[in-house]
Amino acid sequence: MNTQEKKSWKEIPMAGVCWVPSTAYLTGDWRTYRPILDSEKCTRCMLCHIYCPDGAIAWKAETNEMVFNYDYCKGCGICEVECPVDAISMKLEGEG
Amino acid sequence: MVLTTQKESKAIALNGDEAVALAAKQCDVDVVAAYPITPQTIIVERFSEYVHNGEVDTEFICTESEHSALTCCLAAAAVGARTFTATASAGLALMHEILYVTSGCRAPVVMAVANRALSAPINIHCDHSDSMVERDSGWIQIYVENSQEAYDSIIQAFRIAEHQEISLPTMVGLDGFFLSHTLENVSVLPDETVRKFVGQRQIPLVKNHEGKLVPYKLDPENPITIGPLDLHDYYFEHKRQQEEAMRKASEIIRKIHDEYANISGRRYGNGRVDSYRLEDAELATICLGSTAGTVKTVVDQLRAKGVKAGLLRIRTFRPLPVQDILEALQNVKAVAVMDRSCSFGGYGGPVFHEIRHVLYDSGTHPHVVNYIYGLGGRDMSQLLVQEIYRDLARILETGKIDKSIQFIGLRE
Amino acid sequence: MRGKHPLSITIIDLEKNKVKKLIEVRWHGRGGQGAWTASEILAKAAILEGKYIQSFPEFGPERMGAPVNSYTRISEEPINLHCSVYNPDIVVVLDPTLLKTVPVTQGLKENGALIVNTKVSPAEIRKKLDLKTGKVWTVPATEIAIRILGRPITNTAMIGAVARATQIVSLESIEKATNKRFPPNLAEKNIPIIKEAYKEARTG
Repeated sequence: MNTQEKKSWKEIPMAGVCWVPSTAYLTGDWRTYRPILDSEKCTRCMLCHIYCPDGAIAWKAETNEMVFNYDYCKGCGICEVECPVDAISMKLEGEG
Repeated sequence: MVLTTQKESKAIALNGDEAVALAAKQCDVDVVAAYPITPQTIIVERFSEYVHNGEVDTEFICTESEHSALTCCLAAAAVGARTFTATASAGLALMHEILYVTSGCRAPVVMAVANRALSAPINIHCDHSDSMVERDSGWIQIYVENSQEAYDSIIQAFRIAEHQEISLPTMVGLDGFFLSHTLENVSVLPDETVRKFVGQRQIPLVKNHEGKLVPYKLDPENPITIGPLDLHDYYFEHKRQQEEAMRKASEIIRKIHDEYANISGRRYGNGRVDSYRLEDAELATICLGSTAGTVKTVVDQLRAKGVKAGLLRIRTFRPLPVQDILEALQNVKAVAVMDRSCSFGGYGGPVFHEIRHVLYDSGTHPHVVNYIYGLGGRDMSQLLVQEIYRDLARILETGKIDKSIQFIGLRE
Repeated sequence: MRGKHPLSITIIDLEKNKVKKLIEVRWHGRGGQGAWTASEILAKAAILEGKYIQSFPEFGPERMGAPVNSYTRISEEPINLHCSVYNPDIVVVLDPTLLKTVPVTQGLKENGALIVNTKVSPAEIRKKLDLKTGKVWTVPATEIAIRILGRPITNTAMIGAVARATQIVSLESIEKATNKRFPPNLAEKNIPIIKEAYKEARTG
């Protein structure tokens, strides 16, 4: 860890108040498996959105598509398990 | 330094927590009441495995909090059981009230404290703020340098706490993560050897309301009351008794340590302080816990360069080894006291206070400065230790102190 | 007494007085991949060979996937140090995706060894990290683990690679330590992984 990037005690707010929002932490920076959606099979039931622990799946109104945000997707595979029409499958992630 | 003993024990790899759990098992404790908290969790997990496997005949109670855990131990001790618990940080803080009750009831509970910082902000890593703040609680306090010493000290702690002239609860502090989770070479004594060393718990005798000498435990055969209401006419006298026990403990701790050294081949100074290359040292550091090991490595490097550096590690912080400290520092010209905790607004850290205080009445007056370090697990590297000795050298050369109290390793 | 005063030593001198015969290993993994267990098994293998050891983890946020470091020290003399490892002789990377976010070569000694779990060649890793000195070894540990264990837990494979690349402990000691550490059903899957990685590790 480069100490130059870390702030001194004079520069930070007190009591551990965070100076970046928690969304700045991209929980999707690593995955072993990534969810791939077959949009044709998808019935837009929204169960994947409800079950996703990271809120990484959302419905895009303009295109009526379920969109996966891979910045936050951890690859846990819950969406694949919960999808009632098997529209989601987990594929091995590349080495990045 | 490990010397060969009659029964050459081969070293195995254990981390500090595992070493503590093993020692407690070998001491055949009757009751363990505990609540998990990082970095002590391995102690509780390992011990509960022993209980589950039938390797130890112990009543293991999973309490709902640390406050209850210590209360359980106290109650068990009051009926004559040998008891053990472990905690850290917020857990120790939660027990605070009962720490005083336990020492006031003269219950020989042994507790391992995996030294960890207090919140807020939440920090799971090492510093001494949890146990330092309990230095007034009437508990004997031992701080260990490595996993081997954690093992040895738990075994000695039962003998110390249960000694009839002491009867005080004893805590053994091991640095969180630096020792608790660090695998090191630990030589383990055979079960029989440990059993013989700690023996059975000997209950002291007290005079009851009939003038009869009875064992100091709750027993329907010989009913007594322990720790009831005191008014202003007796509380003070009871507290003076605790202080007396602490004073007696000093010599007894040394004797028990020597006895253990004879059977194990391992000693830690005189059991109260561990001096390293202090005989002709001009510059010395005073340190508690695992960092002392890092300091020893730097002292060796400096000595190789002809610098008269040394280290005084305080092993038994309560009772404070006043004479040992004075003797160790008698030829030292500049002393740096390292504190791994901060007494906010207190003009330096707690160890600094005590050292300066001890030196005040003595004939010698070395320069004494304070370094607050390592809070929240901030690493204390060899480079930083070297900086301390360089500061001491400068003080020795110029006779002037720039800053009495510094924070080292902090991002300014 | 200026200038030549023994106390006017510089920070650089510390390196020259380094503790003799001490080897320091830094492991890079992600929470749940077994970086800590890897450093533990290596240490336990070394202690079987009569060495003095230390093994300890360094956690960030305690979550699966968060970068985790662990460390092993192996020495012929008792180890007093209780600080972190700053200049490892060996760096092991359990997960290739760490290469782009974690400075894995930071502090690595000039003649040190870097051992990476990856499908690509050592030469490519060297180029990717702009590493001009020391040795680079690679092994496709994820593939080996999935093939034999059915899960992408790469820690034991990486221990095999470390043994091959550095020879700091024997394969036999690692096997013994693994058998002690895992229950029989896991040990019998992990031993072939270690042996396979030992074979497949390559340098360049």
